[in-house]
Amino acid sequence: MAVAAHAVPHAAHPPTSTGLNSRKMLFWAFLGSECMFFGSLIATYLVYRGRDQVGPHPHEIFSIPFTSFSAFVLLMSSLTMVLALAAIQRGDQKKGSLWLAATALLGMTFVGGQCYEFTEFFYKGLHLQTNLFGSTFFVLTGFHGTHVTVGVIWLWTLFTLAVRGKIPKEKALDVEIAGLYWHFVDIVWIAIFTLVYLIQ
Amino acid sequence: MTDHEHGEHATSEHAHPGAKAYVGIAVILTVITAFEVAIFYIPQMHPVLVPSLLTLSALKFTLVVMFYMHLKFDHRLFSWLFVMPMILAAAVILALMKLFGVF
Amino acid sequence: MTTTTAPVAAPAATHEAGSPSGLWSWLTTVDHKRIGVLYGVTAFIFFLIGGIEATLMRIQLAKPENTFVSPDVFNQLFTMHGTTMIFLAIMPLSASFFNFLVPLMIGARDVAFPRLNAFSYWVYLFGALFINASFFLGGAPNTGWFGYSNLTSSQFSPGHGVDFWAVGLQILGIASLAAGFNFIITIVNMRAPGMKLMRMPVFVWMTLVTSFLIILAFPVITVALVFLLFDRLTGTNFFQPAMGADPVLWQHLFWLFGHPEVYILILPAMGIVSEVLPTFSRKPLFGYPVVVYSGIFIGFMGWGVWSHHMFAVGLGPIADSFFALSTMLIAIPTGVKIFNWIATMWGGRVELKTAMLFAVGFISMFIMGGLSGFMHASPPADLQQTDTYFVVAHIHYVLFGGSMMGIFAGLYYWFPKMTGRMLDERLGKAHFWLTLIGMNVTFFPMHFVGLLGMPRRVYTYAPNMGFDAMNMMSTIGVFGIILALLFFIANVLKSRASGKPAGNDPWGGSTLEWAISSPPPPHNFGTIPTVHSLDPLWAKDGAEITRTAGQVRGPIHMPPGSIWPLVAALGMTMLMSGMVFGWYVGIPGLVIMLTGLYSWSFEPCD
Repeated sequence: MAVAAHAVPHAAHPPTSTGLNSRKMLFWAFLGSECMFFGSLIATYLVYRGRDQVGPHPHEIFSIPFTSFSAFVLLMSSLTMVLALAAIQRGDQKKGSLWLAATALLGMTFVGGQCYEFTEFFYKGLHLQTNLFGSTFFVLTGFHGTHVTVGVIWLWTLFTLAVRGKIPKEKALDVEIAGLYWHFVDIVWIAIFTLVYLIQ
Repeated sequence: MTDHEHGEHATSEHAHPGAKAYVGIAVILTVITAFEVAIFYIPQMHPVLVPSLLTLSALKFTLVVMFYMHLKFDHRLFSWLFVMPMILAAAVILALMKLFGVF
Repeated sequence: MTTTTAPVAAPAATHEAGSPSGLWSWLTTVDHKRIGVLYGVTAFIFFLIGGIEATLMRIQLAKPENTFVSPDVFNQLFTMHGTTMIFLAIMPLSASFFNFLVPLMIGARDVAFPRLNAFSYWVYLFGALFINASFFLGGAPNTGWFGYSNLTSSQFSPGHGVDFWAVGLQILGIASLAAGFNFIITIVNMRAPGMKLMRMPVFVWMTLVTSFLIILAFPVITVALVFLLFDRLTGTNFFQPAMGADPVLWQHLFWLFGHPEVYILILPAMGIVSEVLPTFSRKPLFGYPVVVYSGIFIGFMGWGVWSHHMFAVGLGPIADSFFALSTMLIAIPTGVKIFNWIATMWGGRVELKTAMLFAVGFISMFIMGGLSGFMHASPPADLQQTDTYFVVAHIHYVLFGGSMMGIFAGLYYWFPKMTGRMLDERLGKAHFWLTLIGMNVTFFPMHFVGLLGMPRRVYTYAPNMGFDAMNMMSTIGVFGIILALLFFIANVLKSRASGKPAGNDPWGGSTLEWAISSPPPPHNFGTIPTVHSLDPLWAKDGAEITRTAGQVRGPIHMPPGSIWPLVAALGMTMLMSGMVFGWYVGIPGLVIMLTGLYSWSFEPCD
C-alpha cells in the first residue's frame, strides 16, 4: 500500500474542493487506520500481560539499555528524515539524498538491533510459542519491525531517485509522504517503548 | 474552480521550522528519553512510574506529530483525520483493559 | 477543473465520445463507472451463490431428521452463506453504487485515485475466488461467519477450511480498505464548485460515514485474523486457554469490527432510499440535516455497542448494563431516520414505481428488523433469544429486508442511468411482490421457531417439537424468493437488450447524475456544474445545469487505463494465499506484487 499510494493521477496539483492535496490526505487517513491496527495489537499485549504461568517473563529478559539505544536511533532517524525533506524542499537534492541515506541506515540499524534482540530472546528460551508474552511480544514488535523494513525499502527507492536528480522541489511531496510514514513508525515505537518495555 | 484554488500552496508549503528548530526538538526528545530511562532505574520514582512515563511518552509523541509531521502548521483537516482515530484506538485499548479486569 | 483552468490537458490523451471495448479495456479500466459495473455483476453472482447455499440449507431443514446434506456439509454451507452474503455480496453491491454514483453525484470526472479503485476491485475478485476455492480444495470453512475461538484452533478445526477463511478475509479487507480511503478523499476533495458538505446528497454522506467505518473497523479484524493465523500456522497461544489466554478476546476483537460492519452493510441502503423516496414523492427529503447527523451519530455510536453480541458470555452486570443502554440509545437516530422517510412521503405526490415500492418495502421490513433487534438489546431477553432462530430472523429482516431491498430500490432507480434503458415495470412489480411475500414467508416463522427454542446452526431437529410446520413454511418461502430473482434476472436481460430508452432523466431526479446522458460519457460532465443548493436540479438554476452539463468546451483530460493494479492485486493475493498453499505460491506472488506496485508507481499518469 505504501508504494501504491506513491504515484497517482492528478499529480499536477489539480484544484481540489478543500485546496489540500489528495495524496497527502489519503496518507493521513491511512495513518488513522494504522492507529487502529497498532491499537488492537497493543491492547492485546496489555490485556494478556501478567497472565503467564511459565517464563521467561518480561523483566527477566528485557535489556533496557539496549532498547533505549534502539529507541534513540529511531528518534534520530526522524530528525534526519525531516532534514531530508527540508533539503528536498529547498531543491537541494544532493543533501536531500544524503539525509535520506542516513535515515535509511538508521532504520536498518534499528531493524538490525531488533534481529539481535529477537535472537537473544530466542536463546534465553523465549519463543513465539513459549507463553503469552512470547506470542504477543513477537507479533507486536514484529509488525512494527516489518513497518520499519517497508519504510527502509521506500527510503532507498527515494534515495535512488534523488541521486539521479529526479526529485526536484516540485516533487517534494513524495518525500513528505514517506516522511509521514516514517515518523508514524517512530511514534508507534515511542508508545511501544513505554508501554511494553518501561512499564513492565 | 478558481474559487477553490486558493490555499493550495499556502497550506502545504507553510513556513516550516528550519533545521535549527528540528535539531532542537531532537535534543528535547533525547533528553526526555534519557529521563524516562532514569525514572525506570530510580527506585524512589516507582510509585509514580506509570503516570510519569505515560506523560513523558505522550509529550514525545506530541512533539514528533506537531513538528516533524508538521501538524501544528498544516491544515486542521489532517489533524482530524489522524487524531480522531487515535482517540478511538486509545478508547478501545482502555475499554478492553477494563473488560479484562486489568484495572 | 473547468476547462479554462486546465492548461495541462494534452490533446493526445483526450478521450473522444464513446469508450473502447474489448477484454483488454475492461482489464485495464480505471473508469469508476466500469468498475462499478464490474463490482455489481461480480457481487450479484456471489449473491446467487450465497443464495444457493441458503437454499440447500432450507431443503435440509424442511422436515425433521432430514438427510439431504451431511452435518459437515451443513456447517460449511452456513459458514459460507454468511461469509458470502456479507463480504462478497452486500458490501461489494454497495461498493458498486459507491463507484458508479459518488463521482456523478458530486460532479466529478472520476474518483480521486482511479487506479487504486481498480486495484480494490481486482483484490476483491481474487479474494472472493480464493475463499470459494476451498470448496474444491479439501472443504470450505465450517466454523460460522464469526469464527469463534477456540473452535477455529487447529485442534478443533484441522484441515485448511479455516485457513482459507482467515486468509480470504484478510485479502478482502485490503480491497475494502483501499476503497474506503479512496471514497473518503473523493468525497472530501473532488466535489464540484459550490457543493458544500451540507449540499451533498444523503447517499454521498452515507458513503462517507461507511468509508470511515471501513478504514477504522477493518484493521481490528485484520489483527484478530493475524492472531488466528499465527495460532494455526505457527502454534502461538493467542487463543489457547491452557496457556492462560482468553478465547473471549477473539469475540471482543471480532465484534469491535463486527458491529461497525453492521452499519457498513445498512448505511449505504439507507442512503439509497434517501434518494429514491424524495424523487418518487416529488418532495425534498424531510429534515435533510437531521438525516445526515443521525447517520454520523450512528457512525460514532456504532463503536460503543459491540458487546451486545456477547451478553451470553457473562461480562458482568456493569458491562451488560453499559452495552444494553448504548444499544438502546443507538436505536434513536435510526428511528429518527425512519420518521424522516415517512414524513418525506407524507403529503407528497407518491408514484409507486418499482424503485419506490422497494424503498417503502425497505422501511417496513427494516422497522421489523429494528424492533426485533431492539428486543435483544435487553440482556435478559437476549439470553432467551441468543443462538436461536429468533436472531436469524432478525438479521435477515435487516440484511435482506433492509440492505437487499435498499439495493434493489437503487438498481431499479439507477439502472436507466447505468445502461441507458428502463427496466420493465411489470416484471419489476412482480419481482417486488414476490420478494416481499417470499421473504416474509421465509423469515417471519423463524421468530416463533426461535422463541420455541430451535437453535441456529444445527443441521436438523427432532420431530413434534412444535416447529415442523413453520420450518416447512420457511423452506417454501425460499422458493418464492428464487422465483422473484428469476423475474429480476429476466427483467435485466430483457431490458438490457430491448428496454425503453431512458433519456437523461426518466424519473425527474434532483441530483447531478440526472443532468447528463444515460449512460454517461467516460468524462461524465462536459462542463462541471456549479451547485448552489441541495437538490440542484430542482432549484431555479436546474435547467441551466441540465443544459450545460453535457457541453464539452475544449479538451478534457482523463487518466489512461493501466494493467498494473490488476497485476499488483494478483501478486498480493498469491502472496497471501501462500499462507495456505506454501512458499512456492507466496514468493512468486511477492515478486509479481512488487513488479505491479513499482510499475504502477513509476507509470506516467498524465
